[in-house]
Amino acid sequence: MNLKARVEGIGFWTRGLPTWALAREYALTGTRPDEAPARPSPQLLPANERRRAPETVAIALEVAMAACEAARRDPASLPSVFTSTHGELGITDYMCTTLAQDARALSPTRFHNSVHNAAAGYWTIGTGAMHPASAISAHTASFAQGLLDALAQLAEGHESVLLVAYDGQATGAIARVAPSEGLLGGALVLSRTGTGARLQARLADVSTSHADGPLSRFTSGNAMAPMLPLFDVLARGEGEARLMAGPAHDLIVEVVRD
Amino acid sequence: MTPLAIRACTATSAVGPGRTALANALREGRSGLRRNDFGRDRLECWIGRVDGLESVELPPALSPWDSRNHRLAWLALGQDGMREAIEEAIARHGADRIAVVVGTSTSSIGSTEEAYARLDEGRFPDDLARLQVHTPHALGEFVQRAAGLRGPCITVATACSSSAKVFAQAARLISAGLADAALVGGVDTLCGSVLFGFNSLQLVASEPCRPFDADRTGLSLGEAGGFALLERARDGDTGLQLRGYGESSDAHHMSSPHPEGLGALMAMRDALARAGVDAADIGYLNLHGTATPANDSIEAAAVATLFPDTLHASSTKGWTGHTLGAAGIVESLIALIALEHGELPGTLNSQTPDPACGPQIRFAPQRADIRYAMNNSFGFGGNNCSLVFGRA
Repeated sequence: MNLKARVEGIGFWTRGLPTWALAREYALTGTRPDEAPARPSPQLLPANERRRAPETVAIALEVAMAACEAARRDPASLPSVFTSTHGELGITDYMCTTLAQDARALSPTRFHNSVHNAAAGYWTIGTGAMHPASAISAHTASFAQGLLDALAQLAEGHESVLLVAYDGQATGAIARVAPSEGLLGGALVLSRTGTGARLQARLADVSTSHADGPLSRFTSGNAMAPMLPLFDVLARGEGEARLMAGPAHDLIVEVVRD
Repeated sequence: MTPLAIRACTATSAVGPGRTALANALREGRSGLRRNDFGRDRLECWIGRVDGLESVELPPALSPWDSRNHRLAWLALGQDGMREAIEEAIARHGADRIAVVVGTSTSSIGSTEEAYARLDEGRFPDDLARLQVHTPHALGEFVQRAAGLRGPCITVATACSSSAKVFAQAARLISAGLADAALVGGVDTLCGSVLFGFNSLQLVASEPCRPFDADRTGLSLGEAGGFALLERARDGDTGLQLRGYGESSDAHHMSSPHPEGLGALMAMRDALARAGVDAADIGYLNLHGTATPANDSIEAAAVATLFPDTLHASSTKGWTGHTLGAAGIVESLIALIALEHGELPGTLNSQTPDPACGPQIRFAPQRADIRYAMNNSFGFGGNNCSLVFGRA
């Protein structure tokens, strides 16, 4: 069964490569910007919240908005799938530390920001999108399973879907057990029709060989790094990416120029 | 949408393991809530605790996944012929063609909390240094292994709508040809994060929760696990079916519902449209009905907007407590029991209806033969899901 889409818009952010244009240039030529921000600054949030928002919320909103702008789609018109391996480990560390020391001092804001769908919630609130938003996790298959749900929504009849994938820095005692380095986010606006590269995906038997491109090597320590083979292919404009999709499957994603 | 057959379904909550315990408790008006006896520091509240989890033993091959949440998952999987139904589905389709889509809000974070309480020079103690329990997808991975399945496997974590949304995602997977069947469900267990987290938002009642009561003071937290096995419906099927789903976002606030209930209305309308039925066709609606002051009046008003006076709608959180990421599956089971046996539960612990309640909100149970049942599950982040169930 082949699932198909047009890639209408791409968003990307990682430390050192804060836009898709810069990431693509690095993937193709090896050049890196001299300076890059340490943290995304999503304009969707009011200035005071922008500084306080958890890093994973900030990066999710940043790449989601970049993908919508590239696709020239109104964010409020899109259903969305948010996928993250671990969610916000900084808040997990805060919650568990506080519970061990002074449980009754738990911050209500940090608590409601601890839900795995915090980024999805802030996105829908910020954009006014009342369409369905999902938030999922699937270990190393987190990106592939998010992509499959997005493609399944197109197959079901939605015109366009937003896919947002991100993971952040593991901090505190949990970092040794659930490691993730740096900050990495990618977003795709996928559509049934329109312009942009054509994408096709199918499940295949699991294999041990996973191609290793420039972006895959750049942010290899982040828990969302399994998405990078596809972004390496998108940077080239065409090719085939093999993504981890679970214990028995890989997802073969083929990209063809428009 | 094309109906999906529910080949088997089960739920385990504070009222006991399996469907019969749930149906009996509903019929007898017997609450599963008790005074909080969970953990070291005990808030003054009532909880829906599942008995016996402390003595559940996972098989050796699954011991790296040992946690309260996975013990409850294991206990729930062992009820109502669920294992046998899964084996039959494997024989029909092959394990690679059966997806696992499960919901949770906190997964096994109780184990992470315990590791932090027992840190050894800043490190997790050896017995808890296992990634298998410290990540959201712990539940999906555990269920997939425990059930012997190998298809697509996803953990949905959209707070309190999680295990309602699993029906929608599984339906899409099957419809897109990525799987022939799906084991859906959800599991959430009591832990410090939710008890003290909801307490910090001042949403926890010191008494057993009283949904839709004019004098309600907040929710009672509970734990539960449940599963359903979905498959494409076949000609000549009899039995329970998923007929529709609707999802939406409030786009309003992280922890309080849209004041006009617009998101809730969208989800309910969408579920009715997918099922191809009118609001008047729904015989029973299991409300989200958390018993927090804001939630219930808004949901009651939304229900009054959409449904005729004849609808029997109730909240069953007085039996189970609010089981968070498991609420979707547990309350879907209650909707399915209403559909199967014609026993429509009332609203336990509640006496004086909130002024916002229309005639649809019922405190007393009734018997009625119904054709369709609906379940609402709404979560933080304004994440809403409504499901419509019917019979073949």
